[in-house]
Amino acid sequence: MQFLLLIYRSETELAKMSSADLSAMYGEYGKFTEEIQNSGNYIGGNPLKPTSTATTVRVRDSKRVVTDGPFAETKEQLGGYYLIEASDLDQAISIAARIPGARHGSIEVRPIMPRTQAVQA
Amino acid sequence: MSAARGTLTIPLPRGEINPRPMDFEKFHREESGRILSTLIRLLGDFDLAEEMLQEAYAVALQKWPTEGTPANPRAWLISTARHKAIDRMRRNQRFERKAEEIAKTTELAAQPESDQEEEMLADDRLRLIFTCCHPSLPMEARVALTLRTVCGITTEEISRAFLVPLATMAQRLVRAKGKIREAGIPYRVPSNGELQDRLDGVLLVVYLIFNEGYLASSGDALIRRELCAEAIRLGRVLCNLLPNQAEAQALLGLMLLHDSRRDARLSADGELVLLEEQNRSLWHTEQIREGTELVESALRRGATGVYALQASIAALHANPKTAKDTDWPQIAGLYDVLLRTHASPVVEVNRAVAVAMARSLEEGLALLDELGKREELGEFHLLPAARADLLRRLGRISEAADAYRRALTLATNDIERRFLQRRLAEIENPRDARL
Repeated sequence: MQFLLLIYRSETELAKMSSADLSAMYGEYGKFTEEIQNSGNYIGGNPLKPTSTATTVRVRDSKRVVTDGPFAETKEQLGGYYLIEASDLDQAISIAARIPGARHGSIEVRPIMPRTQAVQA
Repeated sequence: MSAARGTLTIPLPRGEINPRPMDFEKFHREESGRILSTLIRLLGDFDLAEEMLQEAYAVALQKWPTEGTPANPRAWLISTARHKAIDRMRRNQRFERKAEEIAKTTELAAQPESDQEEEMLADDRLRLIFTCCHPSLPMEARVALTLRTVCGITTEEISRAFLVPLATMAQRLVRAKGKIREAGIPYRVPSNGELQDRLDGVLLVVYLIFNEGYLASSGDALIRRELCAEAIRLGRVLCNLLPNQAEAQALLGLMLLHDSRRDARLSADGELVLLEEQNRSLWHTEQIREGTELVESALRRGATGVYALQASIAALHANPKTAKDTDWPQIAGLYDVLLRTHASPVVEVNRAVAVAMARSLEEGLALLDELGKREELGEFHLLPAARADLLRRLGRISEAADAYRRALTLATNDIERRFLQRRLAEIENPRDARL
């Protein structure tokens, strides 16, 4: 099964981190990524630029509505993601728990809908 | 066994024919949880397992009265359900691969029960419990799913117990099973590293089921009693399947100790009787003995969690011959510990009451007054109720009456409300207190 791991953390908290702490954190991310690549779980992943760089696009009544900022104001903001392969939810949860961001923010674990499947909610 | 497509052949029952007719109700209640847990593993789907089991029962109801009960009814039902599932899957091309998967799983021999079978059933049972209590499911869904699939309680009975419309409860179960399927919740006992955490979640579900039954307010009293019995049954299963888990033992002990008073808690008129006023000859001493032993055993094994603490307090309440013999200082000490590790409004109030009984009413009252200043306890009805009781004992009648009235504005439980009204009437009209 494939899962998307969405990494949420508070940008204001992040801004308070010292450059030494930040660099330590990036180091941890690098190490974690390598680990899941070696274990065969890694499919993809990226950090995202902060929400100050975000733009939201909606089309209503054929009109394009473009606004600045993320789709909603939230306490924690989306900062990055991993796309992984895992045998089941428990394995996905274990991997998510190892993401450095899990210690300060929240990781949402979402199963990818397989292309052949139609889901009844 | 038939290999021809679309033909269902059920292995003929071997062993002696049982001349006694089977009590299906009893069998279903006792066995369906275990049978279902194995079928879910074999078939990989809750709904399919339930449906096929129903069909297997239907066949059994027809055949067994005339052909005799098989030597191993469980194995027969599992085998029948499994074959029906394979047949059903084969008829639909989309599920052919699924059918072959099921066909490959190990066939259970139609033999009298063996140790191997017992072990396999125990493993499957544990798998089912852990799956139903998965943290990814909302709490109320965990409770409902556990009651439905592990305990075999009908959806209708569960909805009545929780005072929820049947359609709502049915939807809750559908969504829970849907999430298990869609989110990839595995059918597995958690690995050693995660077992502790996950077990805490399971114990909480069992505790919630027990409390729902124990703190019965309005509604079907019989159903509520059934919930306590189910929770205790679940507690026993967990202790049997996980004999090294001391907190599980402590929880079972706690439930048995509370439940031992079930016949003394309400008067003949259905009115609440407080612990200190209960007729102790109505307490179930065998349960008290068993519960106390379990707690002591759990403590010896190093249990220090919330259930171990609560159970220790419960044992101190349950064992004395009279209310006056209660060891309040020890109880107060245990509440102090509980407050440090698992603080809650109930714990705060109970501790103050224990201090009142152990040291002095004034000291307990002072603690309650301090609690009364905390905003988050503003709507907690047990706080003014406890204050009222202590004020009453101190002879401060008008203050006590005020406190009872305050408690009545906050209490919602029918039985508790009637109790508070009675107390209020007693102190306002000491000579004509009725109700």
